[in-house]
Amino acid sequence: MIQPVLKVTNMKKAYGAIQAVGGVSFEVRPGEIFGVIGPNGSGKTTLFNSMLGQITPDEGKIELNGEDVTTLGPFELNRRGVGRTFQTLQVFGKMTVRDNLIVAAQEHHGSMFSRMFAPSDSGLGDKADALIDQFHIRHVADKKAGELSYGQQKLVDIAMAFMSEPDLVLLDEPCAGVNPSLVGGISTLLKELNRSRRADGKSSSFVVIEHNMDFVMDLCHRIMVMVEGQVLAIGTPDEIRANKQVLDAYLGN
Amino acid sequence: MKKLNLFLGLALLLAMAIAPAYFKNYGIHIFTTWLVFIIATMGLNLTVGYAGQKSLGHAAFFGIGAYTVAICLKAGISFWLALPAGGLLCFFTGLVVGFPALRVQTIYLAFATLGFNTAAWLVMRNEEWLTGGTFGINNIARPSLGGISFDGNLAYYRMVLVFTVILAVFMWALLRSPWGKAFTALRDNPIRAESLGIDTRSYTLLSFAIGATFAGLAGGLYASQVGFIDPALFTVGASIMMYLMVVVGGPGYFLGPILGSAVGVVLPEWLRFAQAWYLFVFGAAVVVLMIWLPDGLLSIPDRIKARRQSRAASAARAAQGVKA
Repeated sequence: MIQPVLKVTNMKKAYGAIQAVGGVSFEVRPGEIFGVIGPNGSGKTTLFNSMLGQITPDEGKIELNGEDVTTLGPFELNRRGVGRTFQTLQVFGKMTVRDNLIVAAQEHHGSMFSRMFAPSDSGLGDKADALIDQFHIRHVADKKAGELSYGQQKLVDIAMAFMSEPDLVLLDEPCAGVNPSLVGGISTLLKELNRSRRADGKSSSFVVIEHNMDFVMDLCHRIMVMVEGQVLAIGTPDEIRANKQVLDAYLGN
Repeated sequence: MKKLNLFLGLALLLAMAIAPAYFKNYGIHIFTTWLVFIIATMGLNLTVGYAGQKSLGHAAFFGIGAYTVAICLKAGISFWLALPAGGLLCFFTGLVVGFPALRVQTIYLAFATLGFNTAAWLVMRNEEWLTGGTFGINNIARPSLGGISFDGNLAYYRMVLVFTVILAVFMWALLRSPWGKAFTALRDNPIRAESLGIDTRSYTLLSFAIGATFAGLAGGLYASQVGFIDPALFTVGASIMMYLMVVVGGPGYFLGPILGSAVGVVLPEWLRFAQAWYLFVFGAAVVVLMIWLPDGLLSIPDRIKARRQSRAASAARAAQGVKA
């Protein structure tokens, strides 16, 4: 039995009388692209925020590579190999694209004290350049991130999540507000990153929350459907498409 | 651009090293005060401009440094021990004052630090056994080092200039290191910064502590410069004035504090001719500046660059349109 990268057991979170997430359990395997879908208010974001240390769940356990990380905060989780993107744009607007990428990984090297004497780019310049090329943002690399178009910022945002070579990347609606032609581009990029990192022998799993069904069905190896804070089904895209309950609750009209 | 900055910096430094030799005592006093406020606002620029923590308590640190030096000198302790002691005391006080910043931000943080300033001021005014109360402490001596006396006004000015240069180089190196990016990330988007492994808690506290240390050292230098301190120098009003200097110069610009302190310290002297109108002129200038240049005087080159770029871009678009 291969150890899962992420294992969530019986996670619960309530806001007052509203049970946002009620006893959710699932595993994400090494190298897997795992989709989470469900209608608005089904608990996806609450689940995401607890996996990322933004909120502490009321009950349940979250394990990363076998280690209990339930109570860890965001920056500790990131240093243990969890990268993320946000639903809304979150780049550092006044820094250049290149600096955005460098700052996304610099805290993974040395101690706070040694970083005081480290070179300005923390020795990450080459790595940043490699991602800049892979994401086709070379022409804007020296511009301030806040001056880019929405789609370009979205690419920077995703690239930042990959700078520190995380084992697990959580992508919160990577296609929200992006034009259809770029949606295909993002899908290709994510597949490419997943494949190349696995080929390098690195564990690289993604969890993707997304409303764009074509995107999810095309990209993900397995999909979890959530409704009203509960898991309705987990399965391959084909299984999910064929699942009658899912069709009734979410996909079907 | 970077070369131009370096050239301007060196030219300014040269001018500041030579010019005061031709000044009268009053001019030297103004320039020394300018340097002292450059040091203090460099620290505040780190806290406010780079790390984005709205602090209205900077004058309290300035006062703690000044009183530490004054009290130590009266107790017969060497200036060269008293000055670092004041800086160190401010470092740790700054760490403590930074804690509210972990819970509250913006105007609420400003009020929390303002409360600290008021409390520190009350201690300076009421603890007469230590601070001399409202009468303050006078006859604060100037130091000497290895036979060189800094008692003369010009000698003391040069000593403060050396301190300013050393501290500026330290600040420049700190901001150039990965720390500078971490502070900027903290200011621009703390939640995103945390998700990238940046320990925002430590950086927030250290931005206060290092900023406070600069204020403490500046205060210590100021005490010896003027020879007399009392609590009225370290009120909330003084903190607001320092904040204003950072904002006017350009928060988050390395050279901002130099320009901002000039506006706050030197400009009032030039505006003397306006006499009763001085405060009105100064106030009106600040209002105008905040409306037209909310990012401070040093944002002017960036603005010109941005305008030129957008003009070039629209020209390129127009040219393409013609071709199509």
